[in-house]
Parts: sequence; C-alpha cells; structure tokens
Amino acid sequence: MRAALSRLRVVREPNLAMTARALEESAEGPRPLVPMAGGTDLFVYLNAGALPEQDYLDLWHLDELRGVIDTPGGVRIHALETFANLRRDPLVKRRYPALAEASSWVGARQIQNRATIAGNIANGSPAGDSLPVLLALDARIRLVRFSAPRDVGFDTFYTGYRTSVRHPSELIHSILLPWPLPGTRQYFRKVGTRLAQAISKVVIATTITVQKGRVTRARIALGSVAATVVRVPSAEDALLGEKLTPAAASEAARRLRESIHPIDDIRSTAAHRLRVAGRLVELAVADALR
Amino acid sequence: MKIRCRVNGVSREVETPPMVRLLDMLRETLRLTGTKEGCGEGECGACTVLLNGQPVNSCLVPACHAEGASIVTVEGLSKRGKLSPLQEAFLHGGAQCGICTPGMLMAAQALLQENGAPKEAVIREALAGNLCRCTGYVKIVEAVREAAKVTRAAAAAKKPARKKKAAGKEKAGGKQKPAMKKAARKKPATSRGKRARRA
Amino acid sequence: MVTRSPAVNRPRSIGRSVPKKDAAAKVTGAALYVDDLSPEGLLHGATVRSEIPAGRITRIEFDSAFDWSQVTIVDHRDIPGNNCIALIEYDQPALVENEIRHADEPILLLAHPDREKLQQALRAVKVHCEPLEAVLTMERSIACARLVHATDNVQKRFLIQRGDLEAGFARAHKIVEREYRVGHQEHLYIENNGVIARMEADGSLVVEGSLQCPYYVHKALMHLMGLPAEKVRVVQTVTGGGFGGKEEYPSMISAHAALLARKSGRPVKLIYDRMEDIAATTKRHPAIVRHRSGVTEEGELVAQDIDVIMDGGAYVTLSPVVLSRGILHAGGPYRCPNVRITGRAVATNTPPNGAFRGFGAPQTLFAAELHMDHLAESLGMDPLEIRRRNLYRLGDVTPTGQVLRESVSASECLEKAVKVSGYVKRRKALDAANRKALARPAGKGPRKVRGIGLSLVHHGAGFTGSGEVKLASIASLDLSPEGRPRALAASTEIGQGTVTIFSQMIGDALQVSHDLVEVAQPDTLRVPNSGPTVASRTCMVVGGLLSQAAADMRARLLEFDPRGWSDDRSFRKLALRHLKERGALRIDRQYQPPSGIEWNDDTYTGDAYGVFAWACNVIEVEVDLDTGDARPVEVVTANDVGKAIHPRLAEGQIEGGVSQALGWAILEELRWKDGRVWNQQLTNYIIPTSMDCPPMKVIVVENPYSGGPFGAKGVGELPMDGPAPAVVAAVRHATGQWMDEIPISPERLLEKLARLEEALT
Ligand SMILES: Cc1cc2nc3c(=O)[nH]c(=O)nc-3n(C[C@H](O)[C@H](O)[C@H](O)COP(=O)(O)OP(=O)(O)OC[C@H]3O[C@@H](n4cnc5c(N)ncnc54)[C@H](O)[C@@H]3O)c2cc1C
Ligand code: FES
Ligand code: FES
Repeated sequence: MRAALSRLRVVREPNLAMTARALEESAEGPRPLVPMAGGTDLFVYLNAGALPEQDYLDLWHLDELRGVIDTPGGVRIHALETFANLRRDPLVKRRYPALAEASSWVGARQIQNRATIAGNIANGSPAGDSLPVLLALDARIRLVRFSAPRDVGFDTFYTGYRTSVRHPSELIHSILLPWPLPGTRQYFRKVGTRLAQAISKVVIATTITVQKGRVTRARIALGSVAATVVRVPSAEDALLGEKLTPAAASEAARRLRESIHPIDDIRSTAAHRLRVAGRLVELAVADALR
Repeated sequence: MKIRCRVNGVSREVETPPMVRLLDMLRETLRLTGTKEGCGEGECGACTVLLNGQPVNSCLVPACHAEGASIVTVEGLSKRGKLSPLQEAFLHGGAQCGICTPGMLMAAQALLQENGAPKEAVIREALAGNLCRCTGYVKIVEAVREAAKVTRAAAAAKKPARKKKAAGKEKAGGKQKPAMKKAARKKPATSRGKRARRA
Repeated sequence: MVTRSPAVNRPRSIGRSVPKKDAAAKVTGAALYVDDLSPEGLLHGATVRSEIPAGRITRIEFDSAFDWSQVTIVDHRDIPGNNCIALIEYDQPALVENEIRHADEPILLLAHPDREKLQQALRAVKVHCEPLEAVLTMERSIACARLVHATDNVQKRFLIQRGDLEAGFARAHKIVEREYRVGHQEHLYIENNGVIARMEADGSLVVEGSLQCPYYVHKALMHLMGLPAEKVRVVQTVTGGGFGGKEEYPSMISAHAALLARKSGRPVKLIYDRMEDIAATTKRHPAIVRHRSGVTEEGELVAQDIDVIMDGGAYVTLSPVVLSRGILHAGGPYRCPNVRITGRAVATNTPPNGAFRGFGAPQTLFAAELHMDHLAESLGMDPLEIRRRNLYRLGDVTPTGQVLRESVSASECLEKAVKVSGYVKRRKALDAANRKALARPAGKGPRKVRGIGLSLVHHGAGFTGSGEVKLASIASLDLSPEGRPRALAASTEIGQGTVTIFSQMIGDALQVSHDLVEVAQPDTLRVPNSGPTVASRTCMVVGGLLSQAAADMRARLLEFDPRGWSDDRSFRKLALRHLKERGALRIDRQYQPPSGIEWNDDTYTGDAYGVFAWACNVIEVEVDLDTGDARPVEVVTANDVGKAIHPRLAEGQIEGGVSQALGWAILEELRWKDGRVWNQQLTNYIIPTSMDCPPMKVIVVENPYSGGPFGAKGVGELPMDGPAPAVVAAVRHATGQWMDEIPISPERLLEKLARLEEALT
C-alpha cells in the first residue's frame, strides 16, 4: 500500500442524476472527481503509488447503471455490469457469444466479480479484453453528463494511448450492441501470459458475415498490438466478397502483418505479436468456415 | 466514515476512511488477520473474502463498498469451533505454508456454494485467481473435491426418508444423488473455451 | 486414545499420512505470520535503495518541506558493530557507505508510526549518485569489462577431475559440444519477507520473523550489532513459504529492523511489499553450462568436459556453496570414467543470487540431461536407451571418486516412471498424431502438437562433503512441564511439514502418539543450533538426531521406571513423576558423521554426499504452433526419497517442486531494464496458476538409506531438478526444436518454429 489511502475523499450521491451533476461541477474546478466502479484498475494504481492524490466519485451503488436489456436496436449493457455477469447472462451468451467468452477470460473469478465493462473501456488499456469484441460488434458508447447524453461509435472512442473522446465531466452510461446480422460468426481468442489471471499479449475479436457463400462484412479487431485497440480495415477488405478459404485467410493475415506495428514491452515482443496476430486472423477465418 | 456491515454473521459498525482497503479494515481495524496480503495488486488471491457471497480481492475493494454488505472471512468458516468440511479437507496437504490457504478456502467455498459436485477443470478455473507456490495445486484440488463429497454425503444423510434409494446407490457405486447431479449441471457461468457460435 | 503396546517396537506413525499438525491453525486463520503481529508502540520501517546498478553516492538530500521530526533515520554510521552481513565472506554491507554495487541496494532506513507517512518520507529522500559502468552479464564479468570483485571478477572456482579426458575422447565414436543457459528465478513465496525487531530493557535484541535459518540471522546480528550471543534472540514466526529465499536474506532485513529498533527504542516492523521483494531479494543463479562429451557407438559415455558459470551477483553470499552443489551434479546421474568439471561463480552488478530449492543442481542437471538427449540423437538412439546404458548402479564411481555403496535407484525410478507413463508407446503414438497435425495447413484451424520427454536426476542428500561435520548440529529433546516430549531444534516449519515429521519420528521412537509430541517454536534462546533448514537435511539429519534423542529418552525413562508406559496417558504420568523426583530431562544429540565417509575439500574428491536421492520425470507437453505456447499436460514423476515418513507430505513436496520447476522451464523470466528488475509485480513475473499446472502422477520409491532415520533421504529439492529438461525434451519431440535455453518462452519457441517454416517455404 503506497498511496495515502486514508486521506482520499469519496463522493457518493444517491442517484445517477446527482452523481452526474457532481462530476460535471467538479470537472470545471481544480479537483475533478474521478469515477470509481469496481476499483480493480484504480486500486492497482493506488497500491503501486502511481496516482496523484485525487478525489473519487463512487458509482458502485448506482443500480441505474446495472442491467443488460433488450432494445429494438440491440442489447444495451449498462456500465456497471461485471464480467462475472456478462459471462453468464443468457442474452449475451446467445447473441454475443464472443463477449461472453471474452468476459470469461478476464483475470480470474475474484476480478470478474468486480471488474466492470465501463471500467475496462474507461481505463483504456490496449490490452483490455472486452475492447476488441466491442469494436468487432460495432458497439456504441453512451456517455452522460448532467446536461445531456451523447452516443459515440466505439471505433471513434479512443484518441490515443489511454485517451478518449470522453470528457472528464462525462460518465460512461452504457454500451449498445447492435443485433448481429444473420449469418455472422463471432470469434474471440486471447493469447495471454498464462492460462488465467493473465494480461493479453495479443487479443483478437472478429465478426464475419457470410451470405450466399461470400463474405459480406468483416470486422477484425485486435488488442495489445497498438496504442489502442484497433480494427484492421485492410485485412477486412481482403475477405470482402471472397469465399472463406485458407488462401483468403492468409491474404488477410499478410495484410494485417503489414498494417500493424506492435512494440516490445514487458510482456512480449513486437515480432511475436506480429506473428501471433497473423495466425489468429487465420484461425478466426478457419473458425468461421466451420 | 462509519460503515455498517455484517462480518462473519455479526453486525458491525466500523469507523474507517472510505478509501482504505477492505483488507486493511479487516486486518487492522477489526483485527481479523486471517485474511492475508500477498501482492496488493489483485493477482495472488491471498486476500480473498466473500463480499455478498462472491469472492473478491479485498486489496482492491475500498472500505466504503462494504457499506451494507455481508462479508465472510476465513475466521467465519468454522462454526462453534468445528471446522467446515472444506477446512477439514485442507488438513491433509491442501495447506503447506498456509499463506494462500485463507484465500483459497474462500474461493473454494464460493465454488461449492454454487456447484456441489465440481469437476476438476471447474475447480481449477475457480481457483485460478489464487496463487499457491507450495502445493502445485494437486492436493488443493483434491481437498475441494473431497469437501464436496463429504458435504454431499452429509446432505444425503440428512434426508434419509425420501432419498433412501439414492443414498443407498451412493454407497454402492459412489454415484451422486440425483438432486446433486442437477445442481452440478446448473453451472452459473459459461465455461471458457466454448466456441463462439453463429448468432 | 488407543495406543498399541510398547512391547512391539513397530512404527505406528511413520509411513502414515497423519493430519498435518500446523494445518489446523492455518485453515482457521489463527496462525500468526509476522505481519499479523502488532506489538505496542510499533513503528513501521522502510528502506531507501539505490536506483542504479553501480555508482558512488555523492549526496543524500532530505526534502526540507517534509516533517522529519517523527522519522527515525538510520545510515551506516548507526551500525554499532561491523557493517556487513556475516555469511561465508564478510563482503556485503548492511547499508551502503559509498559505493553502490547493485540496483535496489539498501542505503538508508526510515521508521515512522504511520505507514502512509512513512511512504511519503521515502519519497522525500533523494540519493544523488555518480554512476559507474555496470557489469550486468556473466560475459561482461568474465571479460572484466570493469572489475567488481577481486582481480578477475571470479568469486569462486572449482575443479573436479577424474580419469584421462584425452584418452576418453580418443575412444569416442561421437563427440557432441553444446551450450545451455538458464535464467534467474524468483522464489515467489506468497508471504513476502518481513521481521519485527525490538530492544529489551537489558540491552538485548529480539528479532522475530519469516525466516528459514534462525542461527544465520543470529550470527549476522551479533556481528552487526556488536552483541554477544546471549544478547541476541531470533524467533521464527509462522512462515509463508521459503524455498531458499528466506535462507540468507532474512539476515539483511533483520539487520535493518534491528538498527531501526535500536535507534528509535521502539519495536520496528519491516515488511516488504511485493515489488520490493522481487526487486531486492535473492534469486536462483542464472548459469551458462558448456558440455563437450564423447560416446562410443554403443552409447557408452566415455568423456565429459563440463564448464559451469554462475552469476553470483554483486556479493559473494552463498554462491560458492551453490556453485559447489552445481558442479557436483554437473555430470548427471551417469557413470563416466573420464571427467573434468570446472566451475566459476562470477560477480556482476546485480542483486546477489542466493539459495533456491536445488541449490545449483537444477541448473547443471538441466544441461546434463539435455546433453544426454543430444548424445542420444547423435547416435540415433532413443533417449531412454542411452540412459539405461549409462545410469549409475550400485558400485559405480562418481566424478569425485565416490563409490555408490547403497540406495542407488536411478534404474528403478526410470523404469517405474517409464512404465506408469507408458512412455514408449506414447512416444510412438504422438509421433503419428503429430505428423497428421503438422500436415494440416495453417489456415485450417488450430494446430497443436504433443511431445513426451523424460529426464533422470540425482540429488545429494544433506550438506556437501564435510558440511555436516563442520556444522556439528545439535538437536534436543526434553520433557515439557506437562510431561510431553518436546523437540528443541532450530529447524523451521516453512510448510514442508517439519513439525509433523518430527512428531512422527519422536512419537514412534518413544512409542507414544505423534499428537503427544510438541515441537518448540524455533527460538535461539530456547533451541540449540540444529543447523539451517536447507539442503533437504531437516528430515534426514535433524530428524535423525531427534530419533536418536528419543531412543535415549526412552532408555532413561525405562531406567527410571522399568514398568514403562502403555499409552500417552501413562507416559505423561511417568514423565511428570520424573520431572518431580529427578527434575528436568533433556537429551542433546550432536551430529556424528557416519563411518567410512571421506571428503577432501582441497582436491574436491571423496564422498560428496552420504547418499543420493533419485528421480525420473516423464512429461507430456502440448505445443500450440500458432502461439508458441508450450503447456505441460501430464507429469509422471518417480522419486526415491529413501523413506516417506509422511507419504502425503512427501507427495506434496514433489508436486510443489515439480510445479515450481515447470514455471522455471516455461513461464518464469526475470526481465531487466537499466540494471534493475523490470517485472517486479505478479502481473508480469508469471508463475503458474491452477490452470497452468497439469495433473501429476507421483510415484514414491523407497530405497532406504542406512544413515537416515527410518531410511529417509530428504525430498525437498529433488523434485526441482528434473522437470525442466523433461519439458525441453518433450518440446523437442513435439516440434523438432531444441530449446537449449530456458524459459522456453512462447516468444523464443515461435521464433524458432517460424524461422524453420520460413526456411522451408
Ligand atoms: C489481477 C487483475 C487481473 C486483470 N485481468 C484483466 C484481464 O484479463 N483483462 C482485462 O481486460 N482487464 C483485466 N484487468 C483490469 C481490470 O480488471 C479491468 O480493466 C476492469 O474492467 C476495470 O473495471 P473496474 O470497474 O474495476 O474499474 P475501476 O478500477 O473502478 O476504474 C477504472 C477506470 O475507469 C474509470 N471508470 C470506471 N467506470 C467508469 C464510468 N462508468 N464512466 C467513466 N469512467 C469510469 C475510472 O475512473 C478509472 O479510470 C485485471 C485487473 C487485475 C487487478
Ligand atoms: S493481496 Fe490481494 S490479490 Fe494479492
Ligand atoms: S501453501 Fe504455501 S502458498 Fe499455498
């Protein structure tokens, strides 16, 4: 324990509206409040003494920010849904199996019970396991502030390494996942440092839609290969209009290797990431073939 | 801040700063030192407690999230000095140096509460957030399986009238009670690695 | 309690898996580890460390904005005795005076009643340094890039020679030369290092903490504090894992806590957090081992020329002893008439490497076993067959000239593991399956291959050569005021079962139940120096002394009252009567070397160990060709431990050791950045979880040793020796790739596989 935790202040408002207002008001002042959900990222930073002294805004008690609901446009997942819930939610399992799968690979049980999807998004680590899935599923993020909500496409959410279009006065309210198109196969694979309680070296999520034997739409999203989670349009294009064949897969993999530029870091090497990312694309295509 | 919660079944009012870790609140304020710290980064699971029935790493939980909650620590596992079946099972090699044991027990307890007859792979996944450097996990997995078996047997013994046939069967062939089988089937979470299906 | 008649002197507890005695307190949370203690008036301590690997301190700056009034500050000038941690050599300072020789070296100590303020104080100190060129690798050390130790950077050298190397090579049909490398390994006990120190009113010092060797700490504190033996008291608290990592390092942290306690006049608790523990404490020695050896056409080993280099780190600490055990095992468990083994421990500007389960043997056995596989391959022979032809049998002679007189089970372990695992059949079956998997093109779904590998190892039981004689350990048995037999020994329970095993041995010898026996908490005020808890010697050596003491006690009590006792109750009655009528009864037993054992430290010849333990590991590995991940899927491990006093505990040691070795082989790698440990957290120093560990089949072989109690030879370290080379052999079988360096990280393996594929296409 390296941070002076006993000196930290927590603001806790009775409902979402007041919470949003508190956040918005503080954002203009000298000490903007920092939202706190499950705390699984925040407390790691605090324990390592890596955060400046700041005040927190508790969200954990806000049941308005919980729930997975069926809407005409898709499924809305609220900010505080934990990965433990998402891996067993019947709706998620049925319609977004890749998200259920990704959720089951986050940390281990203890982490899944506390880690929230909005926390994963807001933390913005390029290794966040749910992020490629959200990208591949064309998720839209609902941001709220007291004055007004707005929706942004997840593909435009991040602006750089751990930075996003979210203003400090905004909360992530929910995520809308559009209904998957008929004939879409979802794929998720995490290659981590070990089989559980692992951070991804490379993580991939794809959705490939095949109609009349040809690919009509493809999303290939990867984590841990760039400063943010990324989609690889050139590789997606390689599949469009094609039949799913090993040749198409290896062409997609080739283009992918040309367009991403991962780095060496504490968990893996650029060369390894590049190789594995290519293989994962091939595996995703092979999976869609089945 | 004043926090009201139930700790091991007893209502408590704890005066603590809100962002202090639940781990420190338990160990320092309440002097419940059974819960251990191995890393302070959520990796080792030595600090695992049950928060409203779910295992969490208490090194990552602010004290203010304990407000209104029920917390169970290793000290709360035995009843009136009698070890729980899980604790009993850990006496035979599941605990070596013992530093991971409290957390391991809590994670295992949570598993057994939702699954009365877990398979080896399920046990291994449920305990994957609890690092042990002494045992290679072999005797730990065995202990969890053993505790599940003992608990099932005890449950079977409690309801002899209606389930007589099943209990007899269990004796003969070591098979599970049908009721338990159902519980085992009702897996709360998708198991990992199941292929994502076409939607 | 039902007990059997004492007339029949048959073991009733030995060989049975009674409940582990310390476990009840551990499963309820009642067991108190050092961080669970909070004496009145406690201060928390912290260490200011160097941020660079080599340099000179120019100035230490204390932020004047910070309130220092409540902070106790200690530097080297506060040391009343010698500024060194007394071990083999007295070269390591407790606190840097001027020259920094490794990163995270202790410079200053701080204490404060409030942990949070203490953290702020740490941040308010700035150590200014003038950096020196850092020697960070063994290669740079040998090249004497800069001198960091003596005149050649060599901390210790050894030479073992036997036969005529040239003549041996002349007979060889094939000569194979190769280099093997192993990296650092962190112990990663789940309880970090920690102690509490306090000064008593009479000027004596008390240190209690998480440690393996109370008398090492005792000795170090006497030198540092300038106190006589009776004024230093070291007590072991319940210890959350050691594996060697709490062998010598606790002397350092105890020294620091003691200095702070002395200066502040208050008890001081010094507990490392995980990052500090990984960054600053000891690791397994990395090693480079070169083999050149010759075999005849029939696969007979005729010459071995082996060079071992270990990275000792910045100070000598235990490196000479680690190196010694390393070279003594460097040839592997094989007969060879012509051998030369050279060894060097070299100094670098990295934190000193130290004791770690296996103590140098896993490093050299890794190389020896892989080299056997290479030799087999050069002859087109099966790895199993070459081992069968060369393994030690009764009467064979080791490189030091030791004749193996008893308890030689290389063959038995090998054959048992091979049989239970179905190695031969499985190897063939996997060959076929792999051909199919490899034929599958990349785009057609996941590609996985499997391989099976084996290794055979030996492990010298107890201390090397004259070690035990020099140590002259004493263990005692007395009667507690309640009339129970009570073991007094400095051997610590670190999870491996010391307390249970001692109770079993004493109970059986006295013909009382193991439950009646008490084992005193290791406390240098109360227990004699039975030596350190290392080298798998606790059961064999100390347990032996206690068994003898128990036999003596039995004789003494029978002499007192020839009617004896029939159960625990009558024993206690008699014991209490003895205490009342004759006073205390205490038996001290000192180590006597078994006859016929000779060792020459100067020539490194003779009986290096009283006996060897043996093990064979057969491991099946699955390699994911898409990611390079190698995953052990099944382990069969046969270990001859002489006698398993407590079979489940022995199995537990084996299972734990194997998983630690699997971690070392596949996952665990220390990364460095600018001379500092980069991966200081559990999120980036990766040890196996329950998902990463495979199921294991443990076969306990019992080939008794005449010099061990009930035949026991010790089991703590043996399981660490064999798994790594077996994994590499399995990966070779699966993929055709030799991984002569561990860890076999997916990065390395995939790189090799990809190169191969690129070369093919
Ligand atoms: C041991 C361990 C293992 C882990 N393993 C994985 C893993 O395998 N995969 C993975 O992806 N992650 C992993 N994580 C990281 C972490 O658990 C996730 O990122 C998690 O989803 C964060 O959610 P949280 O609710 O705990 O966030 P918090 O820690 O509460 O917050 C994280 C960040 O998000 C902000 N925030 C939270 N909620 C909102 C909101 N509604 N609106 C705006 N901002 C918000 C906070 O201000 C903070 O900056 C692991 C963490 C640990 C400690
Ligand atoms: S101390 Fe909480 S997970 Fe390690
Ligand atoms: S028993 Fe020691 S860490 Fe698990």
